[in-house]
Amino acid sequence: MRHAQRYIFGGIAIAASVVVFLVPFAFIILTAVKDRRQAATRSFDWPTSWHFWDNLVEVVRTQDFMLVTAFVNSIILTVASVTLLVVLGAMVGFVLQRRPSRWTPIVNFLVLAGLIIPPAVVPTIWVLQSVGLFKTLHGMILIEVAYGLSFTILLFRAFVATIPRELDEAAIIDGAGPLRLFFQVVLPLLKPVVVTVIVVQSVAIFNDFTNPLYYLPGKQNVTVQLTLFNFQGQFNTSLHLLFMNILLITIPPLIVYLFFNRQIVAGMTAGAVKG
Amino acid sequence: MAVAVAEGSVPIAKARRRSRTAGLYPSWFYLPAAIIFAVLFMLPTFASLFFSLTRWTLQKADFIGLENFAQFFREPFLFQGLINTLIYGVVTSGLKVVLGMLLALLLTSDIFGRGYLRAVVFFPVLVSTVGVGITFTAMMHPTQGLINETLASIGIKGPGWLTDPRFALYSVALVDVWKGVGLATVIYIAGIVSIPLEYYEAAKIDGATAWQRFWTVTLPLVQPATATVVILSFIGGLRSFDLIWAMTKGGPGFTSDVIASVIYKQYQAGFYGLSTAGNVVLFVMVALIIVPLSLFLNRQEVDR
Repeated sequence: MRHAQRYIFGGIAIAASVVVFLVPFAFIILTAVKDRRQAATRSFDWPTSWHFWDNLVEVVRTQDFMLVTAFVNSIILTVASVTLLVVLGAMVGFVLQRRPSRWTPIVNFLVLAGLIIPPAVVPTIWVLQSVGLFKTLHGMILIEVAYGLSFTILLFRAFVATIPRELDEAAIIDGAGPLRLFFQVVLPLLKPVVVTVIVVQSVAIFNDFTNPLYYLPGKQNVTVQLTLFNFQGQFNTSLHLLFMNILLITIPPLIVYLFFNRQIVAGMTAGAVKG
Repeated sequence: MAVAVAEGSVPIAKARRRSRTAGLYPSWFYLPAAIIFAVLFMLPTFASLFFSLTRWTLQKADFIGLENFAQFFREPFLFQGLINTLIYGVVTSGLKVVLGMLLALLLTSDIFGRGYLRAVVFFPVLVSTVGVGITFTAMMHPTQGLINETLASIGIKGPGWLTDPRFALYSVALVDVWKGVGLATVIYIAGIVSIPLEYYEAAKIDGATAWQRFWTVTLPLVQPATATVVILSFIGGLRSFDLIWAMTKGGPGFTSDVIASVIYKQYQAGFYGLSTAGNVVLFVMVALIIVPLSLFLNRQEVDR
């Protein structure tokens, strides 16, 4: 009886998941390989003829290879901001956990504020302009760092607590200073949470649409999410190209998910369980 | 977790040890992060409190008192955004809690195809929000869309999901739930698997039915997970912009505008003071809802 139930419920759930979760993805893929006319009907049917390669080439070549520029920009943005986030966030999380001081409550409050307060958009543009970083990739990188710090610090602080202090003391006896202690002893031990931070923040920054829209306007600065948005106006009747674009920018997160799904889930569920 | 060995020795040794640890964990480790955070996050936040009281061109700010805020509550097309933000936040976080909990219960039971189901429910979380928005906009097309074509084939005339002012906001909220429920589910799964099995066994021995076991064991003990899901999805829902912008741009008219889309529209139109006032309104709204809510939810926690 229980055995039968297991399969019956499983079967129903799988059927439901196909309709609810797989059909939209199938729709993306099918529309991406159709020709212009069939894609324009928005129908969910088998392509009468396959144009995977043609559509791919056309999307990549549009507007002087804008998609290539966008991928380069997005990759630079993601790699640079995540690197900064890991190093700076780990430094804060380390000291915050190890040495309670009069700064600790202030830092804790600021971390929470960073999680809750929606960023003030136009004043941020005003600040970026006055330091000459508006519409630059450098400015955008620092913005992503500022917005991602809170969550990163929380993850690091929780993990530093699991590293025994005796290691720190052993390192001092061996004559290590704070920098050597942090970079050569502590940071390597933080590897599991470093991987989690890298994966979670990479996906978030690569998929970020709102912040580049505000702080990084201009064609040469385009990021992948913005190309999608540019295509939406231009290709209103070329759904096949729009969906090919969606398909292309969905592949990097998919690859990350296939390899790191455990770390992603671990990072995103941090805080769900007390103790 | 201090080591107890040095405890009995003279105060000088203790002081020396403290200064040594202070050197090991230097405060300047905060500095690089603090500078970036202060300049690009705190400073704009404080500046917004001033600029929301001005008519602002980025070069010149004329102080006009509370006029921007008055406008926010006076103009229907701005005020609607305020109401819609609340509706959107409540609908998305409510549905994510209920559906996330149900899915997590299903996916922690001994069900066939569990690994596949977990993967497929979670994957939309990682996909580009704008991409999801465009895909569902095509599927929700009033006449050609997959959803209404399917409904038509069984004899139901589907509504204009995104073109009917009565439905647009809720349709976007549903897509938001579709994309975000996977996160709620994995948080609940983490909460459920951390409940010791002995509690269920004890309840079973006492003759509790499955339903009673859910109400008296599972529900109180996944409280931390519920708190996380509610807070996270409420903050996300109130601040939501990209999905709405990709699907309706606040339309038809301004019936699906939320504060975040109003901020963007006023920014584009060059009303920087008004746009910043929108930011302050959103900030106040988030703080007024999230702070009491998280205090309440954390107090509900039970001891194990």
